[in-house]
Amino acid sequence: MTGEPLIRARGLVKRFGDFTAVDGIDVEVRAGEAFGFLGPNGAGKSSTMRMVGCISPPSGGELRILGMDPVRDGPAIRARLGVCPQLDNLDPELTVRENLTTYARYFGIPRRVARERAAELLDFVQLGERADSRVDPLSGGMKRRLTIARALVNEPDIVLLDEPTTGLDPQARHLVWERLFRLKQQGVTLVLTTHYMDEAEQLCDRLVVMDGGRIVAEGSPRELIERHSTREVVELRFAAESQEAFAGKLAGLGERVEVLPDRVLLYVADGDAAVAEVAALGLTPATVLVRRSSLEDVFLQLTGRTLVD
Amino acid sequence: MEGGGDGMGVARQELPGRAARPLPGAPALAALGYFLVGYRRTWRAGMFSSFLLPVLTMVGFGLGVGAYIDQGVGGVRYLDWIVPGLIASTALQVAVGDSTWPVYSSFQWTKVYFAQAATPLRVGDILAGNLLYVLFRVVTSTVVFLLVTALFGALRSPWALAVPPVAALVGLAVAAPLFAYAAAVDSDSWLAMLFRFAVIPMTLFAGVFFPVESLPGALRWLAYATPLWHGVDLCRAATLGVAPRWSVAGHLLYLAAWAVVGWLLAHRAFRRRLVV
Repeated sequence: MTGEPLIRARGLVKRFGDFTAVDGIDVEVRAGEAFGFLGPNGAGKSSTMRMVGCISPPSGGELRILGMDPVRDGPAIRARLGVCPQLDNLDPELTVRENLTTYARYFGIPRRVARERAAELLDFVQLGERADSRVDPLSGGMKRRLTIARALVNEPDIVLLDEPTTGLDPQARHLVWERLFRLKQQGVTLVLTTHYMDEAEQLCDRLVVMDGGRIVAEGSPRELIERHSTREVVELRFAAESQEAFAGKLAGLGERVEVLPDRVLLYVADGDAAVAEVAALGLTPATVLVRRSSLEDVFLQLTGRTLVD
Repeated sequence: MEGGGDGMGVARQELPGRAARPLPGAPALAALGYFLVGYRRTWRAGMFSSFLLPVLTMVGFGLGVGAYIDQGVGGVRYLDWIVPGLIASTALQVAVGDSTWPVYSSFQWTKVYFAQAATPLRVGDILAGNLLYVLFRVVTSTVVFLLVTALFGALRSPWALAVPPVAALVGLAVAAPLFAYAAAVDSDSWLAMLFRFAVIPMTLFAGVFFPVESLPGALRWLAYATPLWHGVDLCRAATLGVAPRWSVAGHLLYLAAWAVVGWLLAHRAFRRRLVV
């Protein structure tokens, strides 16, 4: 199986009536990599994930998962997937442990093995001490970790994570990232969607940026930054009411100037040199920040700043 | 090493052997297992509503009201006459209770079905597992009820042993279409409406408390159309040891038709929600 991608999509399409959620995407995910779908809300990330999860038949194109056809071999593929959905769908009435053991039974895992594995996984997601408490009173972060543990109960070849840390507080997010990173180190193939740039930068070896159902960029986080942004970004904040007045004078400085309501961004190769040029122009911004370009800059460059709800 | 890690590595090497097909029916039983785990926590409350309540009704109506009914019904003591009706009605109540809000909730609130759909379980397995659980509830409730009524001396024929399977069929005939209904509706006020306009009238007028023959013509045919009346007539024939008012085969086929059509509708409704 080595060499053949675990997930292979060619011209994959998903339509809901007249609406095209996924509009002909090509994706390949190889064994052992952490692959990300990045994009604003409504970009088609979750629809793609549902097709990969074999619960949503493609409307067009070709999709192979673990060398099988998701429509014909759904149960056989799902037996080897671990799915962590966007919204936790744990049973609130059952205990933490029961949520894992009952789920394990769906995969035909014998009771004794299910119990052992539940204990191991609860330790792994640091919920061992809560094994016998009900799910209902758990915090959001704990539920998320339990959902991740549940996705691992069948020792999956691919783990699908749909926005794994959305809605979590910073401590909980970092704990989830750390656990996911450990899975990645163990060679588990991770496929995740996110709209958090730091999440994508932390976890993904390779990612695609989706917008309006299409893939608008593809590569490692570093490649994407190199291709779609500059090495550094200078953020200038002027004391005046409108930043526009200053923006004109900055034209031609660096590769691109972006004017926001509260600051001006200069996309440049060398931030310190640009700051010196700004000073040479006689401009005195209230604050100056030089930083490395991030995936967020790429993301906003590619998908725009317009709010999508 | 953190837990889980080593085990995962080992299992990945065993990969080829893991794709073995499960035994037929095993996935549905796994789904049933999930509901039974929940039942361990709620069976006491369940017993109250599905068994104690009908028993109280039996005492209240059968003995209380029965004391004022001197001639019984067609020469049969009122208690003995009403008990099989109450058993069939219990089967209905339990089946309705377990296939309305719980099904609706598993789609809308807890989303448990979606969790199940992400596993090797197919739509039919999820549906069958849940229906088996409803059958389990119907049969246990009616068996317990039957035992209590035996203590009251209200069973007059060994044919009473046929009551649990008949109750199971009534349960299936009612639950299967309701699974479809609860899966299809978008607000739980539709469920409350179902109780008001279907379940309660059915309980009152389908021959549980008085013979359907005392209803005026059109209403009588409405009563005949309900699955409950067919269950009541069969159960009554069984516990009293008399012939039913309609053919046994006719009753069974009619109830089976509700169950089969219900299953097909439910499968379609579940599929529409789970596979999109």
